[in-house]
Amino acid sequence: MSWMPEGTVYGTLLNFRAEMAALAPQMAQPPYKAAPKAPVLYIKPANTWSTHGESIAVPGRVPEVEIGATIAMVMGAQGQVAGYVLMNDLSIPHASYFRPPVKFKCLDGFLGIGERMLPADQAGDPSAFRLEVHINGALKQSVDFSQLVRPAAQLLADVGEFMTLHAGDVLMLGSDLGRPLAKAGDRIDITAPGFRTLSHTLAEETA
Amino acid sequence: MKHARVMYEGREYTGTSHEFGGHPDAAVRLSDGRVIFQDLLTWLPPLAPTPRPRTILALGLNYADHAKELEFKAPEEPLVFIKGENTLTGHRQLTRRPGNVQFMHYECELTIVVGKTASKVKRDDAHDFIAGYTIANDYAIRDYLENWYRPNLRVKNRDTCTPLGPWLVDAADIADPMALALQTTVNGKVTQSGNTKDMIFGVGFLIEYFSSFMTLQPGDLILTGTPDGVVDCRPGDVVVTSIEGLGDLINTIE
Repeated sequence: MSWMPEGTVYGTLLNFRAEMAALAPQMAQPPYKAAPKAPVLYIKPANTWSTHGESIAVPGRVPEVEIGATIAMVMGAQGQVAGYVLMNDLSIPHASYFRPPVKFKCLDGFLGIGERMLPADQAGDPSAFRLEVHINGALKQSVDFSQLVRPAAQLLADVGEFMTLHAGDVLMLGSDLGRPLAKAGDRIDITAPGFRTLSHTLAEETA
Repeated sequence: MKHARVMYEGREYTGTSHEFGGHPDAAVRLSDGRVIFQDLLTWLPPLAPTPRPRTILALGLNYADHAKELEFKAPEEPLVFIKGENTLTGHRQLTRRPGNVQFMHYECELTIVVGKTASKVKRDDAHDFIAGYTIANDYAIRDYLENWYRPNLRVKNRDTCTPLGPWLVDAADIADPMALALQTTVNGKVTQSGNTKDMIFGVGFLIEYFSSFMTLQPGDLILTGTPDGVVDCRPGDVVVTSIEGLGDLINTIE
């Protein structure tokens, strides 16, 4: 059996320095009017969850989807991190982050979930995590988790200031600038040292 | 039928609304047959457990008058956000107002409880996929609004900031969910009144819209937004959100 979340799955926007820097010139302008203060979160509900190897359907109206490769913290008891899971957080590309991204991020199957949780006591410091995204075998993105705006412990503390993460809840560390695009027919492999590879094939949605 | 979930004598019970002394809903008939007054029970959200975390969809700016109050044009498509189950609490519970904030307000909302797996449902068939209705009080703390995925989770995903209940009312008992009077009182004074007929995106539309891209499961919730008339609530205030046919959801700010 593949590992599956037992609680709510939260994603984090703008938690990589390059992602923040790229948007910085727009932050003082409408509609944002200011840089974000609290962590910018969103939810990937249960209908989005896909196990490793599952085919993910892409609607015909969507030419390409964005691959948000990341590693997520899985909460244990008393606010401790139980472990880490690879995730493939798919989105329909959207330029504005003003409104919640439900119609872009919450399509059926749009969150690939790693087969195994890497226990925290075997994972070491999350800032040492690295991952790679391969599409049809070609390397498309390398992600270095030492480049987070809020490192894992800081992110947990800042989220915990306004809500409780319960045992079983999941919080993604964020996905870096340069998220690759993929289309129906493409195979996506996300690899990271210490984790089992997370693979999906995109398929055109059947009516 | 109006269904409740409550704690009594340290155990969880399901139950149904029971009239007493001419007051409808004054008590709950527990699953073991005992009838207990409302105020002797600890109330939980009136929802059966789900095998996976339930999806809680919530609408913003879904009444023309509220959109106007907040200085927005009425939206051309639903403004929707998602909440975690950490935000839910039951009838007659406490909701915390953080220190040093200026504006915390209630939002009385008709809430759809999904009854059947729903994918690509047409609005005319939507009723077949609805188990029933309840009331949500979708509190917001406006001090924390930021223009990033707005309304952001710091405003809308706080623990216990979404009282839900008291009852899950069977869909069959609600002839027309689009013609229900809503009202909120704070310490007994009416501060909000409206009617679900003034929703911009109605119940059938919302089931069709969401199920067009996301499969809804039994127990998922859709909070359909709130009309005009939100006011600041202070610690000690008793806030009662009421919807015709669904009852009165009581909450106290701490």
